[in-house]
Amino acid sequence: MTASRDSAHTTPLSPLSLQRIRAAWHFVAPMLLVLALVAGWPLLRTMWFSLTDANLAELSGAQFIGLDNYRALFDDPDWWQAVRNTLIFAGISVSLETVLGLIVALALNARFPGRGLLRAAILVPWAIPTVVSAKMWGWMYNDVFGIFNHLLLASSLIDVPLAWTASPDLALAAIIAVDVWKTTPFMALLLLAGLQMLPRECYESAAVDGVHPVKVFFRITLPLLWPALAVALIFRLLDALRIFDLVYVMTGNSRDTMSMSVYARQQLVDFQDVGYGSAAATLLFLLIALFTVVYLTVAKVGRER
Amino acid sequence: MNRRFMNFTGKRNQQRGFSALRTLILAGLLCGLPIAAVNAETLAISCGAVGQELQLCKEGTEAWAKHTGNQVKVISTPNSATERLALYQQILAAQSPEIDVFQIDIIWPGILANHFIDLAPHIDAATIGEHFPAIVANNTVKGKLVAMPWFTDAGVLYYRQDLLDKYHAKPPETWSELTATAQRIQDAERAAGNPRLQGFVFQAKGYEGLTCDALEWVDSFGGGTLVGAGGKASINNPQAVAALKMAAGWIGTIAPEGVLNYDEEESRGVFQSGNAVFMRNWPYAWALANATDSPVRGKVGVIALPRGGEGGKHSGVLGGWNLAVSRYSAHPELAADLVRYLTSRAEQKRRAIAGSYNPTIPALYKDADVLAAAPFFGQLYPTFADAVARPSRQTGAKYNRVSADFYNAVRDVLSGQRQAGEALAGLQRRLDRLSRGGRW
Repeated sequence: MTASRDSAHTTPLSPLSLQRIRAAWHFVAPMLLVLALVAGWPLLRTMWFSLTDANLAELSGAQFIGLDNYRALFDDPDWWQAVRNTLIFAGISVSLETVLGLIVALALNARFPGRGLLRAAILVPWAIPTVVSAKMWGWMYNDVFGIFNHLLLASSLIDVPLAWTASPDLALAAIIAVDVWKTTPFMALLLLAGLQMLPRECYESAAVDGVHPVKVFFRITLPLLWPALAVALIFRLLDALRIFDLVYVMTGNSRDTMSMSVYARQQLVDFQDVGYGSAAATLLFLLIALFTVVYLTVAKVGRER
Repeated sequence: MNRRFMNFTGKRNQQRGFSALRTLILAGLLCGLPIAAVNAETLAISCGAVGQELQLCKEGTEAWAKHTGNQVKVISTPNSATERLALYQQILAAQSPEIDVFQIDIIWPGILANHFIDLAPHIDAATIGEHFPAIVANNTVKGKLVAMPWFTDAGVLYYRQDLLDKYHAKPPETWSELTATAQRIQDAERAAGNPRLQGFVFQAKGYEGLTCDALEWVDSFGGGTLVGAGGKASINNPQAVAALKMAAGWIGTIAPEGVLNYDEEESRGVFQSGNAVFMRNWPYAWALANATDSPVRGKVGVIALPRGGEGGKHSGVLGGWNLAVSRYSAHPELAADLVRYLTSRAEQKRRAIAGSYNPTIPALYKDADVLAAAPFFGQLYPTFADAVARPSRQTGAKYNRVSADFYNAVRDVLSGQRQAGEALAGLQRRLDRLSRGGRW
């Protein structure tokens, strides 16, 4: 085994495979070029700006100031509040979306009349643009004429109207609820695709043996579904960490709910401090990169076992 | 109905025009002849869309377009001033010629001055002299007139005349009178089966609007406007603490807790649907509150914002919008002419009557037609003429950061997370550091 691998390395490649490799590079090159232009270049530029005192009014006059921006960032309590908000948001929303998405996927996987229609209907929240749904929920959350307070007051569950998006204790929870509403269908869809790939034989033999359905779920469905679940989880987590639109539309620059992206935008655009804002954006990028690396490592370990 | 019909036929004519043009071009191409360049140019103007702004702007620019034979494209921008500034900065930083005329806030000339042309050579001095000198001075940065005044604004107090009459209350002269009246009417109305009624709504979302509202409270108590005469931060004073303590006392009593996420339009939503006794807002809300579809039509009064106490004064923050011509415009001459037309006396009069937008020409405050449409213009003239400016000129490019620090501190006090004294002492330290001891 090892011998053949070594020999493959030492023997020169045949002209055919050399030609194939060259052709592959030719095909990949345009995409690599585009990626370098639209992703690599802005990323490097942002990282460079984060080491300068660049200002939006005149970017050309930027001076190199080393790690000063990062030092200032670590001293800013507002930044740490933004980090905390982002992690709480991502943790809670992704957990809820996974559990609810799995339940919905299991239900939709069963055979019943009208299943196709229901599968399409469940995607409606996902299809609405985020800004539109954020505005819509903003009105429903309104403390004076919003529907939630109206229903809760009418059913005597509360006796004073709640300020859903204004109260520091409720605002983040309100935003998480909208995100769960919006993204659960996406989770459900990914998991449903995974469920439909599962081999039916396992279920048939479990049915023959009379295994309890709960046990079937934990012993057969969940382990077999795990690869699809892991992909869905990392997709959602990376998406949730860079949350911007929902927070910004519902509560603006309020510090109680500010995410890392909202913080970076405020510094970059409102305060025109491109250097400092780029440092915040770079840290957000590093955080997301960290999660990706952890995921890839875990996935690799999982495959090798 | 009529307008819709006109628009429809207008579009049809336009389409017919296009197809005629197409035929002409086709004919030209077939004959191999060059087509003479058309003289008419197309300008782009960015207009706000709060209340009736967009419609009035379209009517005004169409009139100019018809008069001069050019075309004007109206681009609507975000309602929030903070977001609008961000958008402008992106467009201007890219040196884009896409927009020729920008509608800019009274606090932006200092921030954006480099991107605009000097309008003084394009508009004669007598016309400029008709406007409020304070606004012209505000728009003049380093000897350059970067924008022409279009309409001015000052914070005013709206009240429900019918509710005040019902409970034999007078429009409040001081903030404590407002608090007492609002509480009394709110309690009585709620007991009488109107559970949604709020005493007072204003703008307390974390944005520029809260800076305006809070500056009015502080200044009405004699607490100054954040930055003192010498440029040093001056916010940590007993009057300012008293003003914020009073405002914090409103949340959850006469004002709903949700006000902490209200901007202008959300407060108007509550007031105009009949759910508030008092509202702090800008003059534009007058025309809308009295529109035919408004539930509070004919039941609304406007007065100057209350004084801070017996020794206090009426303070309305100076707002308002100006028109500037981009340095990157392909037709600066033409764009300046459009600005001259839109800021002219006749156009400002039309906007005052149709949309209660405050003219920047003092003479229009004595015009009978204007006063018939918006009677409070005459009686509130001092409020508009002596409105309190935000410290945007002193703080220059750092204004946004100052404003954000201020509204964050105020919001902490309003939401009960910090005491007024503690929050303002912290704000003073931040501003001292930011201004490097008053040098900015």
